[in-house]
Amino acid sequence: MAEVAHHYDEKMPLEYRTEESRLNILGFWIFLGAEVALFATLFATYLVLFQRTGHGPTAMELFKVKEVMIETLLLLTSSFTCGLAIHEMRRNRLKGLLTWLIITLLLGAGFITFEIREFIDYVHEGATIQTSAFLSSFFVLVGTHGAHVSLGIGWMILIIIQLLQRGFTPRTARKVFIVSLYWHFLDVVWIFIFTLVYLTGMVI
Amino acid sequence: MKWSEFFVTGEPLIYAADVSIVLTAIGIVFVLTYFKKWKWLWNEWLTTVDHKKIGVMYIISAVLMLFRGGVDALLMRAQLTVPNMKFLDSQHYNEIFTTHGTIMIIFMAMPFIIGLMNIVVPLQIGARDVAYPYLNALSFWLFFVGAMLFNIAFVIGGSPDAGWTSYFPLASKEFSPGVGNNYYAVALQISGIGTLMTGINFLVTILKMRAPGMTLMRMPMFTWTILITCVIIIFAFPVFTVALALMTFDRLFDTQFFTMANGGMSMLWANLFWIWGHPEVYIVVLPAFGIFSEVVSTFARKRLFGYKAMVFSIVGIAFLSFLVWVHHFFTMGAGAAVNSFFSITTMAIAIPTGVKIFNWLFTLRKGKIRFTTAMLWSLAFIPNFVIGGVTGVMLAMAAADYQYHNSYFLIAHFHYVLIAGTVFACFAGLHYWYPKMFGHILNERLGKWTFWLFMIGFNICFFPMYFLGLMGMTRRMYTYSAGLGWTPLNVVATVGAALMGIGFIVLCYNIYYSARYGERDMTGDPWDGRTLEWATSSPVAHYNFAIIPEVTDLDAYWVMKKTGKGLEIDEEKLKPIHMPSNSGRPFLISIAFFFAGFGLVFEWYTMAIIATIFIILGLILRSFDDDDGYYISVDEIKRTERLARKGA
Repeated sequence: MAEVAHHYDEKMPLEYRTEESRLNILGFWIFLGAEVALFATLFATYLVLFQRTGHGPTAMELFKVKEVMIETLLLLTSSFTCGLAIHEMRRNRLKGLLTWLIITLLLGAGFITFEIREFIDYVHEGATIQTSAFLSSFFVLVGTHGAHVSLGIGWMILIIIQLLQRGFTPRTARKVFIVSLYWHFLDVVWIFIFTLVYLTGMVI
Repeated sequence: MKWSEFFVTGEPLIYAADVSIVLTAIGIVFVLTYFKKWKWLWNEWLTTVDHKKIGVMYIISAVLMLFRGGVDALLMRAQLTVPNMKFLDSQHYNEIFTTHGTIMIIFMAMPFIIGLMNIVVPLQIGARDVAYPYLNALSFWLFFVGAMLFNIAFVIGGSPDAGWTSYFPLASKEFSPGVGNNYYAVALQISGIGTLMTGINFLVTILKMRAPGMTLMRMPMFTWTILITCVIIIFAFPVFTVALALMTFDRLFDTQFFTMANGGMSMLWANLFWIWGHPEVYIVVLPAFGIFSEVVSTFARKRLFGYKAMVFSIVGIAFLSFLVWVHHFFTMGAGAAVNSFFSITTMAIAIPTGVKIFNWLFTLRKGKIRFTTAMLWSLAFIPNFVIGGVTGVMLAMAAADYQYHNSYFLIAHFHYVLIAGTVFACFAGLHYWYPKMFGHILNERLGKWTFWLFMIGFNICFFPMYFLGLMGMTRRMYTYSAGLGWTPLNVVATVGAALMGIGFIVLCYNIYYSARYGERDMTGDPWDGRTLEWATSSPVAHYNFAIIPEVTDLDAYWVMKKTGKGLEIDEEKLKPIHMPSNSGRPFLISIAFFFAGFGLVFEWYTMAIIATIFIILGLILRSFDDDDGYYISVDEIKRTERLARKGA
């Protein structure tokens, strides 16, 4: 960071203009690499344990298509709106950026609401995190993703406040860009959860 | 919970430790107050984001942990010296081997290496700092509070006692009901987060902040090993994060991951642990290889032999390191095909490692060798490490491993690779780079005393253990009967351990002695070095380089000295240097992590939640922080540089 303020590059998009921003964006990509390893471990754990249901219910008995489909649609749409937000940022439109970010945030909150409801339903049916190895690994895998989304919502709120205070600067633009990387990553993880946990669980 | 459960009671050793902890704490507070050093401590150290100071703090912590882990080791050796010894009971022995292993790997070896890399890597690549100085401070403090949390376990609540591997079902709440294993799960988690961030930080630093002209294949070998180590950290540590989190859930929230009933699978823990654990071994040994490469090349006055082969073999080792984890539990019953696969991958690691050994030998060949302390450690590394490596290949044969498994043969093997590899390298690196940290040289005479005492003691201690293992002595047994015939070799081993202890004391004395009487390094280049860190003054100015050097070849500084180009500083070319501001937040956030961790260990959730709120608050404040750092003026650079050069 020592040389941060130099190497200002006018030709790049706003979020890439300072050296500090370029370093932070690369670092965040690498952090996402670590996140891939983290989720890969959780998926591996789930795949090892998912048929070890003990006395508890199996995946096929438990999962409900409707809620999961709603969650999936909400989150996938939020990824699209997040992309639109970045598009607006590149066109230098603060209002458009804020609008799409807030929509993204609301869709994310909707996703979380449905997920919490889904979890509460399972618990009411007697399927808790303590019931069996399958359910422990299910709740921890899906819950870790949910915790990431919740954190992303909080993070995005902070960035929206900063955008309102400071408008477009190389720093706020970089923050928006990084949170969008994070958001798309969570979307990708959800696609794997949807396929490997829910879809697979409904047929096997 | 009663106070008698909160504090560990009933052992004279523990009471003595209580007293010494309280006295040390009072002593530190008194000294700081008496000499009015609180402000200095806060401004210069607790809030620093300077990679060199952070590196020094890592190394001081690592030496303290070496002391703690070493005392554990000596206690174990005392207990095992003669049969039917009554010095430690079985429970206390279990706790001590657990903390010895965990502390030596996680809180000694790794921070020592990370400390050296903090100090050296930015200097070697011609950078003024790391990519994320603030994050670097946070990494250090998270490691530090993790270490402190782990270390208070033995007086508050009780130490973990399920081995440093903490296998399930033994480590479950059912079989280890105390808080000891909670300490293991939580403290390692906190310091692990710090390590992961260090990995990302240094990967970006090395990839993006090298001086102009320094291509990847012109990087010093130590920097290369750190680059690869960072990649290993980034892919191995998340696995450990998950494993520890699942352990925490099993212990605190009664989940069923590693349980015996309701579908849990205790073998899953062993797999997850070693998928991290084996790469972890290479996290501490690859940088050691890097240190030896630098030292050997400098003191043989030759360019490193087979530079490219060295690079490819590090990459090869890193790749293979993720494919060998099952060799830690061949006896668990994975079946012949699985065992064979992991047997072969394990043996394959010997190939790139062998390439490296030959490269060091060929670097030495026809070199003008100077037998400095750092060089002695490096030369001793080669035969000792080979002994460890060869016995490692013996252990790699799955069928034969059924005989060696968990015997003292294994204990001897991994101490030969970890001590002769990592610890020798830490000592070599400490002596070699000491002038860069403190501006004076560690006394060579005392250094050589440490070397001979420690190296001979090491062999006397661990070589007999190969035979003890073949005679049937298994690890983690707290006593044995006289008829087994193990007594003579155990006595010998204890003598060796004592010699290592004496060597350590000489090292500590050397640090004190050299600070008072040591030779000041006025040139910045006391060893006639080859890489860019020797182009700076000793101790290094906080901006490292007044002008970023241009690199034209490998061994950049050597080339500069030979051609005479780039040595002088043209004052006309100086520009203000941008530096990051200090911040107390990493320290304070880490304190909050400590209390959150402490709350989790004792399942005091109110405390954990309040501390977590403070952590989140710290993160929010960071998000709104728009401190852009500050500039060092050209005048100040001129003054500093003239002062540094006047000595030369």
